[in-house]
Amino acid sequence: MPDKHLSSQFDADLNSLSSRLLEMGGLVESQISTAMRAFTQMDLDTCNVVIENEKLVNDLEIQIDQACTEVIAKRQPTARDLRLVMAVSKAITNLERAGDEAERVAKRTKRLIEAGAAHNINVAEIRLSGQMAINLLRRSLDAFARLDTISAAEVVAEDRQIDEEFRGFVRKLMTYMAEDPHVISTGLDMLSIAKAIERIGDHAKNIAEFVIYVVKGADVRHIPHEDLVREATKP
Amino acid sequence: MKTMFDLNKIDAQGGGVDNTNQHAQQEVVNVLEVRNLNFYYGKFQGLKDINLNIEQGKVTAFIGPSGCGKSTLLRTLNRMYDLYPGQRAEGEINFFGENILAPGQDLNLLRSRIGMVFQKPTPFPMSIYENIAFGVRLYENLSRSEMDERVEWALNKAALWNEAKDKLNQSGLSLSGGQQQRLCIARGVAVKPSVILLDEPTSALDPISTGKVEELVHELKHEYTIAIVTHNMQQAARVSDYTAYMYLGNLVEFGKTDELFIKPKRKETEDYITGRFG
Repeated sequence: MPDKHLSSQFDADLNSLSSRLLEMGGLVESQISTAMRAFTQMDLDTCNVVIENEKLVNDLEIQIDQACTEVIAKRQPTARDLRLVMAVSKAITNLERAGDEAERVAKRTKRLIEAGAAHNINVAEIRLSGQMAINLLRRSLDAFARLDTISAAEVVAEDRQIDEEFRGFVRKLMTYMAEDPHVISTGLDMLSIAKAIERIGDHAKNIAEFVIYVVKGADVRHIPHEDLVREATKP
Repeated sequence: MKTMFDLNKIDAQGGGVDNTNQHAQQEVVNVLEVRNLNFYYGKFQGLKDINLNIEQGKVTAFIGPSGCGKSTLLRTLNRMYDLYPGQRAEGEINFFGENILAPGQDLNLLRSRIGMVFQKPTPFPMSIYENIAFGVRLYENLSRSEMDERVEWALNKAALWNEAKDKLNQSGLSLSGGQQQRLCIARGVAVKPSVILLDEPTSALDPISTGKVEELVHELKHEYTIAIVTHNMQQAARVSDYTAYMYLGNLVEFGKTDELFIKPKRKETEDYITGRFG
């Protein structure tokens, strides 16, 4: 927020909401990259770390939501301030779900390790899209921190690439499973992991859309990408 | 005098159209159209080229910092300023198409059609009953029973009947501040105006009384057109359909309340409503 309120405490409240959102974002980001490391290295202990830390993410969601409610009750924010509070409240829901997806990756990886079926299928696409998802989430949070609608619009566009990777992987998986019914069980776990990563990309995209809502006041969910770009670049 | 009776006719026709023609209900009727309005306190210009419409059956709120001209604008809408020498308005204010700033208007009749309630409750030093009957007698010749009915009707409209029905003969000044303000609203409603102007009607009231007056505004807007000046932005957001933000005698932004409080078009409006105004 460029200008200051008459009430400096109001400024402090809003700044605290933003910085706690970023704190939670950082935690979720590290959850996802730890989960991806567990998957790549097929390491049981790393899986357990992710599952253990999931409750920290949940706690943060509750705390930040509480803080949002307090700001609304005490300050009755309007216009851009109101949009910021609403966007923070929704963004943390997306972060919490992205955290759930990281946990899902860890749990499924654990199952693969325990079944001894870790290396039956080539999973290059999952690793690649995992990297893309982490990158996307980081950039959506950067865009939120700097209220940068242009890079928010780029995040939305790039989420499509993750979706593309996911579809490619599903096609490949079907071929594997058709050729060898023994890998079906492994295949289904892999599918679940790939889907989790695809969902993380969607959450990053949602957060990027909220950035445009905060800055421009336009709700850009569920509209064609050209329209979104137009809203994001409006003066 | 003749023009004001013509206005009554236009008003009655407007009401008739609503009942007979369903399409007409969708149509926007502007009760008041302000055109190129300038207002002067002697040499000081209080309003600068104001243009806006006040829609029938809606609540229009005026917000802005002290001295921005919002009360001045409200006072031009029924020429209340005429009571003070040295104050003059230029431009047009069309009330159902008739320019009320034109010379030769019957101001008493105008003010019965466009009523006003002030910041401080101002009941007359007479009984609750007489507070309401007094104004009605100026314009209408009612029998005793008709007047009783009118008083009850007006007090009901102002949500005061239940509290006042057993003490109609007590002084209006014996009521609490919130009740006095509702009595003033009842007094305004009793002469059946088209428009009610509220000038900071709740700034002297506690939250409960404020809530009752706000509820009343919500009830009354189905039958009357309401313009309200308020320092309380949340109140404007709660009660109004349209909001005008004014600053230094200029109309900075005018639009639907929902849009103005979530996504104002102008930075000045945003700074004011978010409390960044310094």
